[in-house]
Amino acid sequence: MVKITFVSFTGSSSTVEAQPGATVMETAIKNGVPGIEAECGGACACATCHVYVDEAWGEIVGPPTAMEEDMLDFGYDVRPNSRLSCQIKVREELDGLVLQTPERQA
Amino acid sequence: MTEPIKTDALVIGAGPCGLFAVFELGLLDIKAHLVDVLDKVGGQCAELYPEKPIYDIPAVPRITGQGLTDALMAQIAPFDPTFHLGEMVETIERIGDPLFRCTTDRGTVLEAKVVVIAAGGGSFQPKRPPIKGIEDYEGSSVFYAVRKMEEFRDKRLMIVGGGDSAIDWVVNLQPVAHRITLVHRRDEFRAAPDSVNKMRALVASRTMDLIIGQVMALEGEGGALSGAVVRGNDGSTTTIPCEAMLPFFGLTMKLGPVADWGVALKDNLVVVDTERFETSVPGLFAIGDINTYPGKLKLILSGFHEGALMAQAAARYVFPEKRVVFQYTTSSTNLQKKLGVA
Repeated sequence: MVKITFVSFTGSSSTVEAQPGATVMETAIKNGVPGIEAECGGACACATCHVYVDEAWGEIVGPPTAMEEDMLDFGYDVRPNSRLSCQIKVREELDGLVLQTPERQA
Repeated sequence: MTEPIKTDALVIGAGPCGLFAVFELGLLDIKAHLVDVLDKVGGQCAELYPEKPIYDIPAVPRITGQGLTDALMAQIAPFDPTFHLGEMVETIERIGDPLFRCTTDRGTVLEAKVVVIAAGGGSFQPKRPPIKGIEDYEGSSVFYAVRKMEEFRDKRLMIVGGGDSAIDWVVNLQPVAHRITLVHRRDEFRAAPDSVNKMRALVASRTMDLIIGQVMALEGEGGALSGAVVRGNDGSTTTIPCEAMLPFFGLTMKLGPVADWGVALKDNLVVVDTERFETSVPGLFAIGDINTYPGKLKLILSGFHEGALMAQAAARYVFPEKRVVFQYTTSSTNLQKKLGVA
């Protein structure tokens, strides 16, 4: 089982268990993690599952795809470590992953 | 008052469920008009994921959002529905038993014996960019669409975004505005390459400005914008003077006027029964993603099923004297005639 920690804008954190193969967005929604909206349901067609990848995890998680970069244009306070969580697949190597959620989804 | 357009059924929303409802209504001789806030048919399928494949349409292993829309348009062509695109139904008034008078934001008035809400996630509306206090400037200095280019004459205009809307308006308003500043978060643009090249040429000739960054705050008073605080990707902030702003951050879905139509809602969804898919208002139906009932699944195929049952119930209102006979398209000459294949 892979553990993922979401840290909110205000600093409160919640750690949830994730199933490899699922997306980080699905994991967040299933566990009721606040700060992830996922309006389009995971089609990479909105930017409401926006997260910041903790610095230590940037390389392992990897950069966004071109399509995802396009969608990030609609995000709020997009930073170099921004990703859309519906485009991150849970893998064993991501055990312990830390993500921050933005002040607000777009 | 505008002379109302009279029809049997008004379908609100031209997404897949609204389109297929026209087919099921048509088999029962119910004529339909459709209204959609977008300027094209297909709803989310056409607006959000035209190129993305859908795998769970029965008997269709793989079809794109646009492909499904095109196929549905071909399927309903024999029933010749009338489309009112780029319009949003604002008010629905029950004036008969049942008879509804519906008015759109463009002033179109339709009178229908039954109304079918097939509005999916609600109506697509321009996304408000996440800038604090932007509401105070909307309609006076901040606009999400260009109605009249003259409104921007001799103004310092800031356009925000990197898609076709943003770049097209940069190019088109450049001769009108005093000076345009385009703000986008990265030096890559989603817009058509030809338009991007035109914009780049304007920047190269110093006719306009391009800033790579994000708008963090607005400055001004009483709805009159005076400047925008832009944060560059290096973290530095600059205030750019401007009197008008056009942000293009795509579209989002909002329930919109549905909430004012007097139908019972639960969690922002329209409550229906599962025999007729009728709302708490007799003659007013709701199908597809917009409705809710025990066990509801937001699947296109569920919306198709809901449309078929809705049509049976609607027929009883449209033709109260007529007995609805259930028939198959494979064997009924009557239905085949309606489809133009007999």
